Amino acid sequence: MQASSLQNCNVMNGDGNATEGRSSAFVVSARKRKLQQITRTAGESTLFLIAAFVAVIVLFIFYFVARDAVPFFEIRGFREFFTDTRWYPADEPPVFGALSIIYGSLMVTVGSALIAIPMGVAAAICLSDVLPFSVRQYVKPVIEMLAAIPSVAFGFFALVIFAPMLQNHGGSILMWSWWIMATPLILLMIVVGAELVSSRIEDDRRRKVAQRVLLVVMGALALLILILVGFRLRSIEIMTGTNALNVSIILSFMALPTIVSVAEDALQAVGRDLREGSYALGATRAETIIKTILPAASSGILAGVILGIMRALGETMVVWMASGNSAHIPEPWYNYLDSVRTLTATIAGDMGEADQVTGSARFHVLFAMGLLLLVISFVSNFISERIVVRQRKILSGQ
Amino acid sequence: MEARKLFRKILLSAAVFGLMASGEASAAGNKLVLDGSTTVGPIAKAFAAQFTKTNGVEVTVSESGSGNGAKSLINGTCDIADMSRPMKDAELSAAKIKGVNPVKNIVALDGLAMIVHPSNRVRNLSRAQIRGIYTGAYTNWSQIGGPNAPIVMIQRESNSGTQDAFKELVLKDGDTVSSRAETQASNGAVKSRVATTPTAIGFVGLGFAGRSVKSVAVDGVLPSAGAVRNGSYPLHRQLYMYTNGQPAGNVKKFVDMPKSPIGKRIISETGFVNYY
Repeated sequence: MQASSLQNCNVMNGDGNATEGRSSAFVVSARKRKLQQITRTAGESTLFLIAAFVAVIVLFIFYFVARDAVPFFEIRGFREFFTDTRWYPADEPPVFGALSIIYGSLMVTVGSALIAIPMGVAAAICLSDVLPFSVRQYVKPVIEMLAAIPSVAFGFFALVIFAPMLQNHGGSILMWSWWIMATPLILLMIVVGAELVSSRIEDDRRRKVAQRVLLVVMGALALLILILVGFRLRSIEIMTGTNALNVSIILSFMALPTIVSVAEDALQAVGRDLREGSYALGATRAETIIKTILPAASSGILAGVILGIMRALGETMVVWMASGNSAHIPEPWYNYLDSVRTLTATIAGDMGEADQVTGSARFHVLFAMGLLLLVISFVSNFISERIVVRQRKILSGQ
Repeated sequence: MEARKLFRKILLSAAVFGLMASGEASAAGNKLVLDGSTTVGPIAKAFAAQFTKTNGVEVTVSESGSGNGAKSLINGTCDIADMSRPMKDAELSAAKIKGVNPVKNIVALDGLAMIVHPSNRVRNLSRAQIRGIYTGAYTNWSQIGGPNAPIVMIQRESNSGTQDAFKELVLKDGDTVSSRAETQASNGAVKSRVATTPTAIGFVGLGFAGRSVKSVAVDGVLPSAGAVRNGSYPLHRQLYMYTNGQPAGNVKKFVDMPKSPIGKRIISETGFVNYY
């Protein structure tokens, strides 16, 4: 509704200006008008050229990557690339199984998304609806500054500082982060759960008693779980600090500014009227945020999330430095404490040797990986675009 | 109509861009460009500083791996390719096609040091044991006389000359390095990983095995300049600077530096072993 009315507005403005120009009261000489027209055409076509150039670049990249990827599939077929986990491009005979590498890419992307999405959305809500304006003015640029840190600096930190830290104190780091993250969540669940269960009891006094008993029992249970899991985590010894967990955490930091910034803009764009309407109906701030603002901003938040995930999927330097780069599927498959190898790191690492000099399959396989990355990001961009459009339609009641 | 005109303009500008891109960059006369092995890098850089001081010639040194060095020489983007392995047959034939004639100039000798964390009590490994570690036959230090801890093995990426040398000196035909092996991009990165990981093992050029890591003896011989020169240390190799055709002029002066007293001093100062 908002967007479409905005568009209408623009169209009207454009028309208005045009008619105004034609019937203007100013006396403009024919020469001057002609000059104006020429500069206008020149300006517009320059802008169009630049915009078209950007679009053409994308097409060109797609074309050239695909052109060099196709020969690989012609030489080796699809099956080895997508189903074999062995990656020995430099051996005799070479094996080009990329499955473990594709899996590594997915693993770190999912890992970073699991960390970055809740944190990013929570931070965006805090910025837009909880913090006072004066504080937000300073906090947001600081978060956005994360995006300005070059990825090689992140990689250096991950390799030289974070990896040894994980090896030496991995267990305690895991335990503390579990406690810090799980405690508030579990507390919230207990309170809400006790409230929900006890609300079925009609009698006032008995309900209060039941509520208290529930709180105590569930609290004790939760405490037990917290402590047991914590100590179980502390007993874990991390053999290698350059692993999927390390990279996931660093990548989530890199994706955060994008998610926070875009999601916060989306939350702001919801506007005062919806918020005030919600308050006027007697909703609390929590209810307003959860039931009104979040649904209204969901398409924008989703766009931010997709952008952030794409950043994580495409990131190369950090992964190349700190993921360990061993081309295997961890055992068991969800073991984030094992090192992995990703598509981007493989392209960066193997590019040096892999040209026409050393055999063509080895050269073209990297383009096949590049094409795969391109296709993944195009597909997810497309899907998110569809969701955004549909969401907008639902919200505008069409 | 308008759109078609604009489209024509786009095509025109694309053609102009294409023309600009196809113009070739040519090397200036009073300048030397070196590219290649990260192992030879320290020698090349020290030579470059000395060379600029005495001859007033600007020298740039890039370290992108032996494979890239060979590629640069073949494509004519460098004057000297630093390599820690001889050129492969495929590279030589590719050079021939492009009209480049690579000539091998020996710079120095290098040992491949097997390094572990200083706290690791393993002191000696046989070549067969190292092979067993990297092919995945041994996965725990207790299998080769160490503590009960899994082995974290670190290798170099596939375009590294050090990696090629390791495979040639340690592995047998048909062996593959275990897929659990981690990969690092440079000698320095391997060293830093080993120095910070108590259960790691890696291999670096002799000059890189500093105090933060412990070199183990291979077949009973500790890596040292003397042991590499007399051939008693099994993991050693020659380092090269490849030139296009017989070196002449500044290029010749540069690749002859290892024979001069000051060049010899630089080589031993950077931790390598003199060949001449």
